[in-house]
Amino acid sequence: MSFALVLAVGALTAVGLYLITARSLSRIILGFSLLGHAAVLALIAAGGPAGEAPLAGSVATSEMANPLPQALALTAIVISFGLALFLLALAKRQQLLTGDDLVEDDIEDRRIAQLDGSNDGGRAA
Amino acid sequence: MMNWLITGTIIAPLLAAAAGLACGSVPKTRDAVTLLGLATAAASSFAILIEVASNGPVAIRLGGWAPELGIVLVADLFAALILPVALTIIFVVELFAIGQRRTAWGANPQLAGPLLGVLTSGVSLAILTGDLFTLFVAFELILVSSYVLLTHQGQRAQIRAGMTYVVMNLLASTLFLLGVAFVYSATGTINLALLAERVPELSDGVRLGIGAWFFVVFGTKAAMFPLFSWLPDSYPTAPTTITAVFAGLLTKIGIYAMIRFHTLTGMDDLGPVMLVVAGITMVVGALGALAQDDVKRILSFHVISQIGYMLMGLGLFSAAGTAGAILFLIHHMPVKTVLFLVGGLIANHQGTSALGRTGGLAAKRPLLAVLFAIPALSLAGLPPFSGFTAKFAVLAAGIEQNAAIIVTVALVAGALTLLSMTKIWIGVFWGESPADEQPEPSTRRNRRTMYFATGLAVVGTLLISTFAGPLYELSERAADDLRDGVTYVTEVQR
Repeated sequence: MSFALVLAVGALTAVGLYLITARSLSRIILGFSLLGHAAVLALIAAGGPAGEAPLAGSVATSEMANPLPQALALTAIVISFGLALFLLALAKRQQLLTGDDLVEDDIEDRRIAQLDGSNDGGRAA
Repeated sequence: MMNWLITGTIIAPLLAAAAGLACGSVPKTRDAVTLLGLATAAASSFAILIEVASNGPVAIRLGGWAPELGIVLVADLFAALILPVALTIIFVVELFAIGQRRTAWGANPQLAGPLLGVLTSGVSLAILTGDLFTLFVAFELILVSSYVLLTHQGQRAQIRAGMTYVVMNLLASTLFLLGVAFVYSATGTINLALLAERVPELSDGVRLGIGAWFFVVFGTKAAMFPLFSWLPDSYPTAPTTITAVFAGLLTKIGIYAMIRFHTLTGMDDLGPVMLVVAGITMVVGALGALAQDDVKRILSFHVISQIGYMLMGLGLFSAAGTAGAILFLIHHMPVKTVLFLVGGLIANHQGTSALGRTGGLAAKRPLLAVLFAIPALSLAGLPPFSGFTAKFAVLAAGIEQNAAIIVTVALVAGALTLLSMTKIWIGVFWGESPADEQPEPSTRRNRRTMYFATGLAVVGTLLISTFAGPLYELSERAADDLRDGVTYVTEVQR
């Protein structure tokens, strides 16, 4: 397994996790894109050493890269692409409704905040 | 024949969804097509159960690929037991939805029917799949349709709750994918049957790392403590039918996957951790329910509390414990769905499900009171209902292993559950009906369909308690097969 690949997975995961702790949905979307890349790279890394393109009959089987993780990675990419679009639509809708794309506190949090006397509900507007 | 039945449970609802979208503007055809697809899947699942219970598990290889390379669908006894319950529930809910949707509060029928079809297909795939990656795809299929079902009305509360829901579940999915990569690099396979052989051979650190990783992944989907915060916030905001399906199925698919993965790969050492989490989940869920003042929110917290019991059954890692967890799954899915459907009927009669603004329904709608009382007492675990047998099975397994603490915690949580059910009963069925009652505008025919669907589901839960004996024997066999793994592995590699 290539060290650079592992390093890339680690860096992408770190930045991705940092971004999804943000309140703005557009940052979260970026975070998930990076995390998705990390997962795909991890899949590729799990497939063993790099090799020739795994096309039947082109090269000897021993020189080919492992095709199974590549198939999995492709499926994962398609899914994360679709979900990124859905999240964008959600952010757009939230912007239409509230003027921004911030993830709001849940009802329970707001109730507790009210009991506490402060009513900014964590949003600190 | 079995090939057709097994693939049919996945493909029929998907085809129905496509056809339902195509004729979306013709309500009668659309409803008929959706119901037909769901009914086909449900009927096939019962046929699968009969076949598997008498002749043992069946595995089919899609495209003829070997298990190392391709997708395998496996109908073992565990899958065959859960599948009919899950698919019947979706059918009943769709029936309810057809009644409700002609009212203002129902889900948008053009979208909800077909999306429910996609969700059903994902549920079947998640239950039948024989490898981790297809399980990931099935989860995505379920989740993507659930995201849209939750937010498609685009109201502010739904978008707000939808964001938390989507972000949490997306995070769990990404962790799932990373976990698949870890498992593949550690063992060279993602097929569950091969994993059942290879995972126990790994060094303890790697093995437990994988087990703990997937405990968190499936635990987030199942809403166990402390990963449940997304659930009680998002479920109540969706239309009744959608919440009913979510509550009855989605978290349960997480528990199903956990039972399958952790028993097949023999993660017995994780048992104590699971028991601790199970105990906290039960109590926190039950206490959360007590603090709420809305029928839907109380019921949402119960979903969490009950997850604890299934986790407890699994965490005991004994044949009796796993069998108890399986029986609990079978009991819990329909009961939870019915309670949410009743919540929908309450909202239909009084325009709200907030306890402060409801009341007096026992005198005005005695039938509704009965429909609520049966599943409510069942959920609290009182005899002679299905909840009693299921809870008894789990607790007996705990006592068998002298796990005194978790058994005590489970009993306390059961009492708390009963207490919060009493709260609903007092708030909704006793007292005076509010003066400013604003029932939803719906025709007698709408209501009749909704009552029929709810009644059907209540009869279903009664059937489960009637046949609790044979069902427990089947659960025991399923648990033995899972823990032993030999029948499963031989069938896949045959």
